[in-house]
Amino acid sequence: MNAPVPHQTLVTPEKPKALASGQFKVTARDVDVYYGDKQAIKSLSIDIPDRSVSAFIGPSGCGKSTFLRCINRMNDTIPACRVTGDITVDGNDIYDPNIDVVQLRAKVGMVFQKPNPFPKPIYENVAYGPRIHGLARDKTELDQIVEKSLRKAGLWEEVKDRLQNPGTGLSGGQQQRLCIARAIAVNPEVILMDEPCSALDPIATARIEELIDELRQNYCIVIVTHSMQQAARVSQLTAFFHLGTLVEYGDTDEMFTAPQEKRTQDYITGRFG
Amino acid sequence: MTELRSELIAKRYRAERRFRFYGATALAVTAAFLAVLLVSIVWQGLPAFLEKKIQLEVTVDPAAVDAANPVAGDYDKLLREGLRTLFPEASSRVLRKALNGLISTGGSDDLRSRVVADPSLIGKTLTVPALLSDDADLYLKGQQTGVTRAPGASAIQIAPLEGEEGFLITGDTPEKSPEALPGQLVQAGAVNLRITAAKPGYVTAEALTPMEPAMQQLAAGQWQLVTLSVPEQDRRISDVQALWLEKLKAEGRVETGFNWRFFTAGDSREAELAGVRGALVGSLLTVAVALAFALPLGVAAAIYLEQFAPKNRFTDLIEVNINNLAAVPSIIFGLLGLAVFLNFFGLPRSAPLVGGLVLALLVLPTIIIASRAALKAVPQSITEAALGVGASKQQAVFQHVLPLALPGIMTGTILGLARAFGETAPLLMIGMVAFIADIPSGFTSAATALPVQVFLWSDLPEAAFKSKTAAAIIVLLVVLFALNAAAIYLRKRFERRW
Repeated sequence: MNAPVPHQTLVTPEKPKALASGQFKVTARDVDVYYGDKQAIKSLSIDIPDRSVSAFIGPSGCGKSTFLRCINRMNDTIPACRVTGDITVDGNDIYDPNIDVVQLRAKVGMVFQKPNPFPKPIYENVAYGPRIHGLARDKTELDQIVEKSLRKAGLWEEVKDRLQNPGTGLSGGQQQRLCIARAIAVNPEVILMDEPCSALDPIATARIEELIDELRQNYCIVIVTHSMQQAARVSQLTAFFHLGTLVEYGDTDEMFTAPQEKRTQDYITGRFG
Repeated sequence: MTELRSELIAKRYRAERRFRFYGATALAVTAAFLAVLLVSIVWQGLPAFLEKKIQLEVTVDPAAVDAANPVAGDYDKLLREGLRTLFPEASSRVLRKALNGLISTGGSDDLRSRVVADPSLIGKTLTVPALLSDDADLYLKGQQTGVTRAPGASAIQIAPLEGEEGFLITGDTPEKSPEALPGQLVQAGAVNLRITAAKPGYVTAEALTPMEPAMQQLAAGQWQLVTLSVPEQDRRISDVQALWLEKLKAEGRVETGFNWRFFTAGDSREAELAGVRGALVGSLLTVAVALAFALPLGVAAAIYLEQFAPKNRFTDLIEVNINNLAAVPSIIFGLLGLAVFLNFFGLPRSAPLVGGLVLALLVLPTIIIASRAALKAVPQSITEAALGVGASKQQAVFQHVLPLALPGIMTGTILGLARAFGETAPLLMIGMVAFIADIPSGFTSAATALPVQVFLWSDLPEAAFKSKTAAAIIVLLVVLFALNAAAIYLRKRFERRW
């Protein structure tokens, strides 16, 4: 799957602005996902560019989270889940039997819907990933990684004096930023976020959205959200999913002002969903 | 319409009140049963934690104790002699036997240890405590018969009956006959009499110990009337023994101490010498073996089933069978142990090793079920978080899920061990039910376990073993409560809410 992506396979016929830049981090071709007998995703193809935020929107059960979890093979943990088709990250087929899932997940980090810090000290939460991947040669280097990650996640100033306090003792928004710091700490290239703000209040949400915008400079970010406003605020590209299919994918601005598809329009104007 | 509704509401409230009442009643009945059980056990068992000794002056005769080898001396004989000097009236063989029966066969231990520690005592006279026999002990604890002692209210004369056995007791004056009933005992110094008949103006009595045929005058207060509520044939201590014990008590020779022996001695045929140390050590060794086998196996099985095993019909079958195993009667495990460990593998009988293996099988399902529940209680999000930063499944399980499940696993394990600790039936099958006086020294030496000891003692006819049984039950309950308390503490201490 190293061949360049032909744009005509995209659902949106015209070449969106963000997509025009050419460099695609994640690509998918004809992906079908089944949970047992039930098909959750039908023949999905998408190209996600690097250093941008792509938002997946759509009603509940439309398959957006399922597809997100395919990108770092998190669905492997669900025994009944079966994925066919091709998904590549940096041109490498991630469902290739030779691929190391552990390395893939280090490269494609994930932030979950509910903040899920380990019930361990803040420091240990961030240091865990670098430690198991051997990213730090010594304690000093590990300290640097932890500080750098926490700074990038905008949490350093708030927790630098209590790194040994349990991560579960932080507020919801802080916990989610800690989870982002934990994901950043292993130097990922893609960060998947599964409704990262759905359990947070508006102020914490705003803080995370700011953070996502900053992280865009260095990472390919894919975010699943139920909030159209959030998608409009943070993303450059938006993909609308419905009933397991990708209905429309394109520049966020265009998507929210002039959607191509009737279903997209109905959804973003609140007619269903 | 409105009325109908209010009637329905009233009915609903009545039903709720009724239900609350049922619940409270059930609780009260349960609590009452539990209270009765505990009170009766404690009531019966507490006396066994005390022991009675008498202070005797003993002359350490160099003829009986060799200074070169003081351990081998005949200290029982010295003790008996010391006792006889107090009761010279015990002149016949039968009486001497009755007298000697007051002292335990292990009564000379104190004397022996003192002489062995200090051989210069040989030839000297010393005062030592001597452990009383179980019957004398029970008598002094008031568990054989009720005793009332009344000092003689008036002066009496004791004279031999003319022409027949027995004595005539009359008051000072012919009108003042002593108030006594047949069966009551009269004691004054070396005089031990039992009233045989009460007639107007006089009573007749028989001598329990030989006495001078001469007439004796006793002033009021010089003698006492002893009444034992239980007839002689229904108790294990005779009238004369009771009188002797009363005299020892009156002289202040009886002392009560804490029965340390109960915790330091193994089993014995003599109730006063029997202790739970052997059974306790046997239980601990057995449970240690059970823990060593059941914990790693159980936790490993639980981790595999919960985290790694594919969900298919085979694992479903295993799961169902593990749940069923938890309900298998424990004696079946005993039979299994007999067939497999003893007959097939030829492991030693009555050994804590085998007992522990059997109990490990018994608690394995409990530990697996509890561990699986604890592992399942750790939210999936923790596993996902670990996997999300690139941990392998094994790292996620061992570095994140298992530590979080550990308090639950420990709680389940402790409760399983508490069950193992209280198990009797499977141990019977593998021969841990024998009379074993020695404290087990290792995992393969013959041993018994605490609940089995309770079972063994409860079977013995001696009254003293009744309270020993209850005392052993108390020890068992204390251990079990401690284990449960530890489980509750662990649960409270490390409980985590998600």
